[in-house]
Amino acid sequence: MNRVKRTLAPYLLVLPGGLWLLVFFVVPMVTMLSLSLQEGDIVNGYVFTGHWQTYVEAISDYQTQMIRSLVYGAITSLVLIVLAFPVAYWIAFYGGRKKTTYLFLILLPFFVSFVLRTISWRMLLTDDGVLLHPLKEAGLLPSGFQLLGTPTAVIAGLVYNFLPFMVLPIYVALERIDPRVVEAARDLYASPATAFRKVIFPLALPGVFAGVLMTFVPASSDYVNSELLGGTSTTMIGQVIQSKFLHTSDYPTASALAFALMAVLLIGVFSYARALGTEDVMKVAAR
Amino acid sequence: MFPTSKPDPSLLRGMTQRRLGRRDALRLGGLSAMGAFLAACGVQGKGKPGASAAPDAVAKFWNGKVKNGKLDFANWPLYMDPKKPELKKFTEKTGITVKYDEVIQEMGPWFAKVQPQLSAKQSIGYDLMVITNGMQFGQFRDAGFLAPLDHSKLPNYAANAAKSYAQSAYDPGNVFSVPWASGITGIAYDESKTKRPITKLADLWDPAFKGKVGMFSDLQELGNFGLLAAGLDPAKSAEADWKKAAAKLQEQKDAGIVRNYYDQGYVDALGKGEVWITQAWSGDIFQKNVSDGTNFKFVIPEEGGTIWTDNMAIPITAANPVDAITLMDFFYEVENAATLAEYINYVCPVPAAQATMLKHAAAQTGEDKEYLESVANSPLVFPGEADYAKLHYYVGFNTAEEQQDFSKVFDPIVLG
Repeated sequence: MNRVKRTLAPYLLVLPGGLWLLVFFVVPMVTMLSLSLQEGDIVNGYVFTGHWQTYVEAISDYQTQMIRSLVYGAITSLVLIVLAFPVAYWIAFYGGRKKTTYLFLILLPFFVSFVLRTISWRMLLTDDGVLLHPLKEAGLLPSGFQLLGTPTAVIAGLVYNFLPFMVLPIYVALERIDPRVVEAARDLYASPATAFRKVIFPLALPGVFAGVLMTFVPASSDYVNSELLGGTSTTMIGQVIQSKFLHTSDYPTASALAFALMAVLLIGVFSYARALGTEDVMKVAAR
Repeated sequence: MFPTSKPDPSLLRGMTQRRLGRRDALRLGGLSAMGAFLAACGVQGKGKPGASAAPDAVAKFWNGKVKNGKLDFANWPLYMDPKKPELKKFTEKTGITVKYDEVIQEMGPWFAKVQPQLSAKQSIGYDLMVITNGMQFGQFRDAGFLAPLDHSKLPNYAANAAKSYAQSAYDPGNVFSVPWASGITGIAYDESKTKRPITKLADLWDPAFKGKVGMFSDLQELGNFGLLAAGLDPAKSAEADWKKAAAKLQEQKDAGIVRNYYDQGYVDALGKGEVWITQAWSGDIFQKNVSDGTNFKFVIPEEGGTIWTDNMAIPITAANPVDAITLMDFFYEVENAATLAEYINYVCPVPAAQATMLKHAAAQTGEDKEYLESVANSPLVFPGEADYAKLHYYVGFNTAEEQQDFSKVFDPIVLG
């Protein structure tokens, strides 16, 4: 009896979450997959015909936006590493007893809605706003200079919105480092720079990898930043999908693009994890 | 009637009925069990098309429907005085309480949101909604999502509505809808920045305003202006014309003239100086000038502008249709039409409201009087013959496929 219980226990434990995933993730996914292979129009209805050519058309029509999204996502992740590493490092090694407070401060902007934060960036970056107006007045920038509507604005918005997702994993990885390891490096006559390069940075890498996973994927598929901060040639793939679903009711193209994006991201993430050692990445990502 | 371009009528019938739809799908695809499973997830057809409901459809819908004393009304933002004086008056007069929600922001998303419930014959939570005569109006109508109106319950409409509305292309005879307000799409501009009066569409293509021109992201609005700028009439245009218009718009975009493709956000962009000259909806600019003290100009371009109509319609699954149609008619009492237009400044479907507005003005003094007089005499609220002559209707689509083609032509411009 006990044995049966023990064998069943893991399945029972996984049941609530598993059911949740089945109903709210697997079922919609299958529906979407089906939609992407349907033909028709919104008035007469869409019917499944296995028309996989939608994928070919959708990808060839919107490859620019797809590639642009991946590039924006990659740049965002890179900028985030540069920005987040020092912050995480400082909190982990110099935060002292106030570490939790600092981490809370990092998360504080999250108490304001995503869209609202991005809209406030609109106001910040607008042609004659608080940022550009003084610079233009001082003659540092030409009066026609604009940030809104440029890739810079979109990437800046993405970086801002995803910063905590890079800081936290790096912080977790740095936090785990045994200070004695660093001391040992110093005892062996490593300069602080060498100790950082040879000891701290490699130990923090899993955090960086996890941070990249947690920022690159959502940043590449984001559509709010490019919608609000972008211009006529910064459209990201998320915007295309949203527009196909909500504006033109072209469900098959929208679903095909969503699946294509997912496939590209999955392949990217898996080869990334493979190249850099899955174990650690997933472990830190799971934290 | 919404003729379909599908070649085989039996196949079409199959597609619009659930069970046959699956079987046809299998036949079409010659598919495996997985295919069948996937096919079961299909988006169902929305039933029979048809712009004009048969007379018995009216009786069938309204038979046994009674007043329930409440109704839910879905409208666009800024489409009524926030204090809702008209609705208060309506409740006093009829005892019907109205829950008024400003939930409609764009037609596409609104249709996408309520379509699943309507397809499943479920209530969308609203008994009355205001929908624009664009693509989605046709979709609502042809999918059988709109209740046919019982005109015997609309005496004020019959007495007071401008007669031209009965001949609208999107709902001839007002079978499914009556207008809430109409608006004009033209050009708004900030003369302090453009340094010259703007009179024509070509000004939107002027390199002097590089990076300072706003266009609409709505494909129909954008397409209309492309067509008009290319010297074509949107209402009579076909695919070859759309491509010409798209080329014209692409040229404008590639030259860096367009700052962005805006939704309702264009008002804000104009206010912030992001754009100097932009596609605009008439009432917005009037309201912006009144509320923020700005001095933006609005013109109907020489080449022409477009006129659209937002319409009150009752979803077929409405729980309180009698209350809804009572409210529809209430807004056609001249007094109510006048107070509504005084606030929203869009084209009023009740011509007699102009005299009432002037009467209201005469009863006021100072600024209020000036304001009401300006509304009553505004060509944007009561356009004259000469104004109408310059206004064009939206592109009319004969088939859903044509509509998709239209989207495909103009989509790449907005989604750059």
